[in-house]
Amino acid sequence: MSDLQLQHEVEQFLYRQAELLDGKQWQAWTGLFTADGIYWMPPDASYKTWDGQPAIFAEDRNLMAVRMGRVLHPDAWSQRPLWGTNHVVSNVVIRKAAKNGDVEVTSRFHMMELRRDDVRHFAGQYTHHLVKVKKGYAIKLQRVDMTNAQAAYDYVLQVWV
Amino acid sequence: MKTNHKPNFRKMVEPDRVRKEVYTDEEIFQHEMERIHETVWIYCGHDSQVKNTGDYVTVQIGRQPMIMVRGKDRKVNVLYNRCPHRGNMICGDMKGNTGDQFRCSYHAWTFHHDGKLKNIPMMESGYKGTRLNKDSPELCMKRAARVEVYRGFVFASLAKDGPSLKEFLGEAIVAFDDMCDRAPEGEVEIVPNCFRVIQHSNWKLFMENQIDALHPSVVHQSTGRAAHEVEKQLAKKAKSGEAPLSYHMLSAFATVTIDKWDNFQTINYPYGHCVLAGYMGLRPQDPDTLAYDKVMLKAYGRKRFEEIIGVNIHHVLVYPGLSVQSPLQQLRAVRPLGVDRTMTEIWHFRLKGAPEPIYRRSLAYYNLVNSPATLINADDLENFWKCHIGLTSDGGDWVSLARHHGRDIEKNGVVSSGPNMGTSEAPMRNQMKAWAKYMSSAAQGGLR
Repeated sequence: MSDLQLQHEVEQFLYRQAELLDGKQWQAWTGLFTADGIYWMPPDASYKTWDGQPAIFAEDRNLMAVRMGRVLHPDAWSQRPLWGTNHVVSNVVIRKAAKNGDVEVTSRFHMMELRRDDVRHFAGQYTHHLVKVKKGYAIKLQRVDMTNAQAAYDYVLQVWV
Repeated sequence: MKTNHKPNFRKMVEPDRVRKEVYTDEEIFQHEMERIHETVWIYCGHDSQVKNTGDYVTVQIGRQPMIMVRGKDRKVNVLYNRCPHRGNMICGDMKGNTGDQFRCSYHAWTFHHDGKLKNIPMMESGYKGTRLNKDSPELCMKRAARVEVYRGFVFASLAKDGPSLKEFLGEAIVAFDDMCDRAPEGEVEIVPNCFRVIQHSNWKLFMENQIDALHPSVVHQSTGRAAHEVEKQLAKKAKSGEAPLSYHMLSAFATVTIDKWDNFQTINYPYGHCVLAGYMGLRPQDPDTLAYDKVMLKAYGRKRFEEIIGVNIHHVLVYPGLSVQSPLQQLRAVRPLGVDRTMTEIWHFRLKGAPEPIYRRSLAYYNLVNSPATLINADDLENFWKCHIGLTSDGGDWVSLARHHGRDIEKNGVVSSGPNMGTSEAPMRNQMKAWAKYMSSAAQGGLR
């Protein structure tokens, strides 16, 4: 595969990841992860591992299932109001491309969120460890370093960024 | 801001109900800051946040920006974060090390860690013949009137008179004893990360919600049920037949139904403090717990160990601004930002000398329940905001705190919820009783 083709395929995958989040396709989104995949948002960019440390998110597929179950529950009160997000993903740089097709890639994201009449912005860097599978890629690790991770949260984050 | 006009606070609080303005009125909020938060003992931080000389953190007490700093003499000082010259804030960051002095970024005045003036550029030539000289007390950074430390937890009071910290805490001191005693070394150490979350409501709603045993099964059932589903699947697959404890921490919000929450008990103390007794986490018998028990037995001996582990607490509230979950080593400090905005600062502590898996167990709770991506508090914050909006309306004048009123058991000023009445609104009644006393008390230093 040429570099250009690889870049294109990886970018398309990252865009799809973001589109599933914005489309609230939670089941399809969690399905992007490998069976042992991890979604991780550290409180600070200096963190080296998600394991055994404070984390904003540090979720395997089981915990993702809990979060998904909560937001889909009819009595998740905070999910009732008008709420939506819009991600833009860019600056996609492939950091490592292994012979077996696995890829480590970083990108930048900007997410605008609307909740009732309030707009919030979250932005930062994605680091994806992608495993090559038949249909393209699966996420072994999605690390989300938010520029505003340490800032006070006006309300909370209900789903993945 | 000192306010002259004084509303009749006692009339706003009746034994089983409270006027809505108590939660929404800007003027009342200013009185509260003056008479409660800027008077009583307020939690500043933990000893282990400022280990080295010059280490500091900034903290808000009521409306006052303060600095907690470790001095050369190892003492922890609490100072107003203000240069006596032109009022510039001395520390603009949340934490750091200031070296062997504070230095104002505006005109380079310098101060010792205890606030005393060190130097002013051109002191002699500039101030000769003025009302100021290098010994003038008004050239020092002002200190908190009183600072006391209990088992590493640093408190300050901005009023020079009033009860000692121990007298103020009373029985609620168990929050810190229970947390520290569970460490084989008898001490805890802060985990250096603070989650900060803002709610759009008055601070009192947070304090009331923390010991409201009725709300979890209503508010948090969506998370509890979702966690219970996953927990069941994991238990089926696991060799031990049990899912990790972290799922139980979440599923309990649904599996502990309203009637079961009545098994809890609240014990309410003077000054508004409250202990919510009864704990949902059980006493597990997994290998990690057994390994911990072994270390604890070695440190304390059987008798003391049983005493320590037998302390049965879910939550301790230290009124007006601290919520401690001692069995999970976490603490939330409440910082009012305005009548309708409140920040909570959420911390986790490590039990010194305890095996790593014990830390990880409570860490799971910190991450799942207390992080900004919380699976629990998201729905609390939604309710706080809705309460606030409702309370600003003319749809009613009172907030009802009548649940199990008249069935409380009072003895020597301590009020307990009745047997099998854990969902009693006794804690809210007790908080408001203390509130009314504070607010009506003319004497600086609050209640005595």
